[in-house]
Amino acid sequence: MDLRRRRKLINFVALLLSMLAVAFGLFWLFWILIDVFQLGVSAIQWSLFTQMTPPPGSEGGLLNAIAGSLIQVGLATLIGTPFGVLAGVYLAEYGGHTWLGKTTLFINDILLSAPSIVIGLFVYAVYVSQVKHFSALAGVFALALLVIPVVIRTTENMLVLVPDSLREAVFALGTPKWKVITKVTLRASMAGIVTGILLAVARISGETAPLLFTSLSNQFWTLDLDKPMATLPVTIFKFAMSPFADWQRMAWAGVFLITLGVLGLNILARVFFRQKR
Amino acid sequence: MADSTKRKTSLGDWVFFNLTRLFALLTLLILLGILSSLVYGALPSIEKFGMSFLWTRGWNPPMEEFGGLVHIYGTLVTSLIALIIAVPVSFGIALFLTELSPAWLRRPLGVAIELLAGIPSIVYGMWGLLVFAPLFGQYIQPFLAATLGHVPFVGRLFQGAPMGIGLLSAGVILSIMIIPFIASVMRDVFEVTPAILKESAYAVGATTWEVVWNVVLPFTRVGVIGGIMLGLGRALGETMAVTFVIGNSDQLDTSSLYAAGNSIASALANEFTEAVSPVHTSALIELGLVLFLITFVVLVFSKLLLMQLAKQAGKRT
Repeated sequence: MDLRRRRKLINFVALLLSMLAVAFGLFWLFWILIDVFQLGVSAIQWSLFTQMTPPPGSEGGLLNAIAGSLIQVGLATLIGTPFGVLAGVYLAEYGGHTWLGKTTLFINDILLSAPSIVIGLFVYAVYVSQVKHFSALAGVFALALLVIPVVIRTTENMLVLVPDSLREAVFALGTPKWKVITKVTLRASMAGIVTGILLAVARISGETAPLLFTSLSNQFWTLDLDKPMATLPVTIFKFAMSPFADWQRMAWAGVFLITLGVLGLNILARVFFRQKR
Repeated sequence: MADSTKRKTSLGDWVFFNLTRLFALLTLLILLGILSSLVYGALPSIEKFGMSFLWTRGWNPPMEEFGGLVHIYGTLVTSLIALIIAVPVSFGIALFLTELSPAWLRRPLGVAIELLAGIPSIVYGMWGLLVFAPLFGQYIQPFLAATLGHVPFVGRLFQGAPMGIGLLSAGVILSIMIIPFIASVMRDVFEVTPAILKESAYAVGATTWEVVWNVVLPFTRVGVIGGIMLGLGRALGETMAVTFVIGNSDQLDTSSLYAAGNSIASALANEFTEAVSPVHTSALIELGLVLFLITFVVLVFSKLLLMQLAKQAGKRT
């Protein structure tokens, strides 16, 4: 075989393998999604949304788990968002070049990928073990700690993209800096920041590990933030590992709801970002 | 961006500046808080078992004897399996997205791969346990045992009862989860390669593969390694997916990857709320500390490499 043919052949094989790699990735995506949708849809019934999680061997629903997830994710987002936006503003508008700014930016990227179960351990150590009982509030703290790095990252990224000429134009009118930031640069990058928040919500909606030793779980309906509270992911974990067929069916329904919610948020975030840009 | 501290500032400016700085500082304190609270919680265990905790294999809650070797081994082995599968696949995906894909296909494919990253780990876990593991044990494991199982040295990794769950299954599930992270970093760094370098290579008659292998890859080497490290960091700390399929058995009697094992994260998920003795809790926190330190080093390494590539390409990541 001459050199030219050999090079062509190597090229052909490599490109074929590359296409196979793409097929490999898509294969898992579709396999998982199809299974989740098939098994999930068949397990969906009205009682899931009207009844509480059952004791072993009896009928029930997921109402308290769904409500618990919505409450904890909502509160965590409410706490994490202002925290993340303010820190992100500092990194982009004030201290990006100081040691504090540089170190925070670096550390934030580490926190972004830090194992979420360690965040759960942290909240257990500083909060749960001090008050000596599991509570929804602890779960909210753990989830908020996961929201913060995502929001800081996107806020910083988006603010840096705002052209300096815009800032200078507003400064030239004699506007103080805090008004420039809150009224102009933050507004200019609003679409990007909202996208980041949506992605953060998507991320924490499916988080299980940090809730295991913070908000734990609760078989009953509760709105008391000082008591253990059920969440969808932890309930799925408990039910999927159980030997009961009807519990596993409810776990599939839960997995379907979470996947739908998380993928919906992901797609919404993309659409939103593209429109506003 | 002017440094407003040096200007004569109004009260509003002063308040807003210090407010934002406070929250930036708090972010740093979170990291320090995590580290110090884990060290503090692990102290009883560190004092009792010393450094040998890291290479002792006993895990016996009733006798209050603890050694983290089984969990550390499980964490490292499953992550290694995940990398062995995910790195070539991610490279192929990044190559396709940057060099081969028609423009109209790029965006949908990119989104599809990112959706793979969006699926919560509990979904991977449950699906892995109830759908993937039975099929894996029935078809793939016997096949691997019949082929790779006879290769010298490597063979003993693929022997034993094909149960479906175990270290190998956990590694495979992990690999699917980290492919999107590695692939998207690789795609991004491939795109920073200056077009003029690639075009020069094409102009002298190089094939697509030769351009990628001899021009793009050497130029982006540090970034590619950074992406792999990022994937590794994700794999090491992944909890739910692993907990479902690893088998949760504190044994290390066989070198077979078919055997059930345990990882740091899955031990924490399973045992932490059930630990009654303070030493047990402390030993688990020490495991958490070990996990945090390993991922911390890996992620710092990853970040430094990616920053080096960004500097080299003259662009901010």
